[in-house]
Amino acid sequence: MDKRISPLSRIFLIIMFALLYLPIFYLIFYSFNSGGNMYNFESFTFDWYKELFQDTRLLIIVLNTIVIALLSALISTVIGVLGAMMIYKIRSSRTKNALLSLNNILIVSPDVIIGASFLILFTIAGIQLGFYSVLLSHIAFSIPIVVLMVLPKLSEMSPSLLDAARDLGASRWEVVTKVVIPYITPGIFAGFFMALTYSLDDFAVTFFVTGNGFTTLSVEIYSLARQGISLSINALSAIIFLVTMLIVVVYYFITRRGKKSPDLEVLK
Amino acid sequence: MENKATRNLYTIPYVIWVAFFVIAPILLVLYYSFQDLDGNFSLTNYRNFFTPIYLEMTLSSFWYAFLITLITLLFAYPIAYLLTKLKHKQLWLLLIIVPSWINLLLKAYAFLGIFGTYGMANKFLETIGIGSKQLLFTDFSFVFVSVYIFIPFMILPIFNALDKLNPTYLDAANDLGASRWTTFRRIVFPLTIDGVKAGCQITFIPALSLFMLTRLIAGSQVITLGTAIEQQFLVTQNWGMGSTIAVFLIIFMFIIMFATGTKRRRARG
Repeated sequence: MDKRISPLSRIFLIIMFALLYLPIFYLIFYSFNSGGNMYNFESFTFDWYKELFQDTRLLIIVLNTIVIALLSALISTVIGVLGAMMIYKIRSSRTKNALLSLNNILIVSPDVIIGASFLILFTIAGIQLGFYSVLLSHIAFSIPIVVLMVLPKLSEMSPSLLDAARDLGASRWEVVTKVVIPYITPGIFAGFFMALTYSLDDFAVTFFVTGNGFTTLSVEIYSLARQGISLSINALSAIIFLVTMLIVVVYYFITRRGKKSPDLEVLK
Repeated sequence: MENKATRNLYTIPYVIWVAFFVIAPILLVLYYSFQDLDGNFSLTNYRNFFTPIYLEMTLSSFWYAFLITLITLLFAYPIAYLLTKLKHKQLWLLLIIVPSWINLLLKAYAFLGIFGTYGMANKFLETIGIGSKQLLFTDFSFVFVSVYIFIPFMILPIFNALDKLNPTYLDAANDLGASRWTTFRRIVFPLTIDGVKAGCQITFIPALSLFMLTRLIAGSQVITLGTAIEQQFLVTQNWGMGSTIAVFLIIFMFIIMFATGTKRRRARG
């Protein structure tokens, strides 16, 4: 195939890439604006960052968001791995497909529906809206993606591996911890990171099930943004952008470590 | 020896999750959709849904979702196509995906600045001689921002489909005298239609249901099904009506999924 593209196409691509990154850098650029608005750059300042780090309420919200993300990712990974093992063991393909369809419902459902139906659920179950309702929802919508990340790893595992372990006298527990878990670790990691990003990104579901006393970053940004522009949000977004980049790089190297990937060759 | 019951203990958490967080919520939404404001069984909500107000809203929601999906596709396909021709295509693809990892709210917030009265977009319009316009809180800005948000999710499946395309087909078409347009129309597009379908599904369903974008960017100019559900649940506190709209949204979702075939992960937000 012809690897070269015409100059016109190149310009189109450059414009598209520029447009894609423009809003993000626009935010970061004005976070250094002493003018206090997003259109007139007066002079360079770190004031908004200082203000951000003095805002204890916002810092607590950031902490909440991280705690929810880590806890929900951890718990949903455990339940998701157990679920994947269960689905893997089912022999009848009809039951398997039915269970997989149930599993995928929360992945394809719009967030509004998940949020609204969980709100009904928590109200009926008498669970007070707040930390626990948010945590439970995040666990709930992260489980299916963990299952989808782990299941292919289980399926590609050779059954003879398990037979060999059993022949050599391994108990069920030993087979799981010494053979299965090490084999599917990349899938578990991928699931954990997906759960983490789902939780950090979520706005709509949290918006529905959070009470008055508890907020996560997304919900807080929404209520701040509805009031108008505040450059502390810009400063916050610059920091979030850096952290996101950091997570992406870390994740990239964790998944690439120890495995020769064709992607890596492309990157050289 | 351990018996079957204790051996299957490990399945309990997952089964509980399926029962309480997958099946129960759907049944609860269905149950609430048959309740009026006083908590009695009734079909009032369904009757209300078929009044012109709600039907118009549903139609306009579909229209915007269609518009957003179409424009996203028109930009995403050429981008994906050109990306597959680049040297370091996986790296470029990664660069396309990175913005989709930035929190949706922050991107929406950025556009509050860009589309603001004195924002960059208006400065640009002034420089090219059109003059500044009210951009924020219009349906134009809503469609623009939605396209911006969904475009990485559309590019990804199309890129994967194009990348898998066997280049010998193109050579064959070329040898047999097909023009570039014929090759595209008869070979490239049909062979990548699955990627297009997946991309459309991933865009259309969230475009029907996003409520935070409409609130922040479109003001009250655009009401989608998602906005209506949020309004009924959190503002009007009419859970019955909200559930009824949700039931219809779920039905539409299944129709779209059947029409577009493949299952894909949801776009966030």
